[in-house]
This record gives sequence, structure tokens and C-alpha cells, in this order.
Amino acid sequence: MVEWTDSERAIINSIFSTLDYEEIGRKSLCRCLIVYPWTQRYFGAFGNLYNAETIMANPLIAAHGTKILHGLDRALKNMDDIKNTYAELSLLHSDKLHVDPDNFRLLADCLTVVIAAKMGTGFTVETQVAWQKFLSVVVSALGRQYH
Amino acid sequence: MSLSAKQKATVKDFFGKMSTRSDDIGAEALSRLVAVYPQTKSYFSHWKDASPGSAPVRKHGITIMGGVYDAVGKIDDLKAGLLSLSELHAFMLRVDPVNFKLLAHCMLVCMSMVFPEEFTPQVHVAVDKFLAQLALALCEKYR
Repeated sequence: MVEWTDSERAIINSIFSTLDYEEIGRKSLCRCLIVYPWTQRYFGAFGNLYNAETIMANPLIAAHGTKILHGLDRALKNMDDIKNTYAELSLLHSDKLHVDPDNFRLLADCLTVVIAAKMGTGFTVETQVAWQKFLSVVVSALGRQYH
Repeated sequence: MSLSAKQKATVKDFFGKMSTRSDDIGAEALSRLVAVYPQTKSYFSHWKDASPGSAPVRKHGITIMGGVYDAVGKIDDLKAGLLSLSELHAFMLRVDPVNFKLLAHCMLVCMSMVFPEEFTPQVHVAVDKFLAQLALALCEKYR
């Protein structure tokens, strides 16, 4: 089981409490599709992903980014058992969506970059450490049920 | 995944914009590397203090960023341009290549923090590719 200090819990909760899910979700997913274009393989049904401009203007991608970010709410609310909280989602990504788990890490990195831009100097070293730990646990949990 | 001409121009342009803050970003990036990925401190056991924000860490971060800027100038042939640095990393420093990715990530985070408007997804992909190419050039002599 992952141990969280009070400080880490406070930092993670603070980030989420001021998070604009639509803005950050959209920006993170768009950035992932642009910076790591092979991730577009999972979005064949999402319409026009021809270049960075069309990706950033794509409403289906924007909506999906928001959805993904809300998916992180589950981890936030169950920080002491993220592993089991995501068991079903992990199976979904493995068996139905067939997503290479390395993509979770790629999206997580893009999310970090977007949040860093939003928070500026507020994204302190301590904040980044806690945030990275949280995302690592989420990424690990999402990959756990792959077989 | 080599850089297009346009991406090379994007990299040069962004690093130009960044130059007044490059020392800060370099120092900050290495501090974050040792904080977020503590296993990287294993390469700095010869320092009295390898904690984030310490003087040796900040100084070395600036040195590394200096090397990155030097590489920007050699962007058209990184392998040739970074030959001696590659030999240094291969035979003396022997830094596991996975760590180049980790440091690159920390650099990108710092760039994003300091230049939120300029560090667009298009700039991000160009800089990420450049740093990956740089890492490859540094690993050239490894085996």
C-alpha cells in the first residue's frame, strides 16, 4: 500500500481543488497527441487529427480530455487504495481499448507540463515531487491488470 | 525521429528566447531531477550535498544547460559535434541512458513554468525531439 504524508495529500488535493477540468484535460490530451503522434492510433473515430491546429480545435478530443481528467478524481478520492480503485479501468484499457500502458506515462508527462504552465512558480519542487508520485501510482495501477 | 528544418528553427528560436533564464532553468531542472527521481543522486555521491537546490546541484545544472546550448549550435550534426562529450559519458561518467529522458522531462517542466505562452505543443515536440537526439548523440560511444 502506498503511504502518503499529510503534506502530500494536501498538495494533491490543492491541485485538484483549483483545477479547470475542461481546460487542463483538453490541453493535456491535445499535447499528448501532438508531442507523441503515435498515440493518435487510439483515436481513429475522433475525426480530424491532421495537424496540431486541427487537433487543438477538435471538440471530441476536448471532451475526451475532460473525461480522462475526471477519471483521476477516483484516485484522488481513494488515495489509500488506488490499486484496487483502478482494477476495472485497467482491465478496460487492456481488454477493450488495447492501449499500450506506456501511453499512460506519456499522457501523465504532458499533464505535468500543462499543470506546470498553469501554476508557474506555484509548481514548486515539493509540489512536483508529490504530483509525480501520485501520477506514478495511477499509471502503475492502470497497467496492473494487463495480461 | 530526426528534426525537420522547421523544428530545428523552432528549437533555435525558443532557446534564443530562453537565453536570459537558461541558468535558472538549468539549475532548477537538475534540482527537480534529484528531487523527483531520487535514484539519480547515485551519480553525485562525490558531492557533500546532492539535495535539490544545493549549490553543487545548481552549479552543475547550469553546466549541463550550457552543454545543451552548445548542442543547439551543432543541431545539424549532433553526433559529430558531441563526440568528445559522448566519450566522456561513455567511458568516464557512464550515466544510464534512461536518466537523460528523466532530465529532459524536468527541463521541459521548467521551460513550461517559465514560458507558459511560448512553450506551445509545437515547441514542446520540437524541443523534446531535440533533447532525445542529444541524448542519442551522448550515448553514441556507449557500446
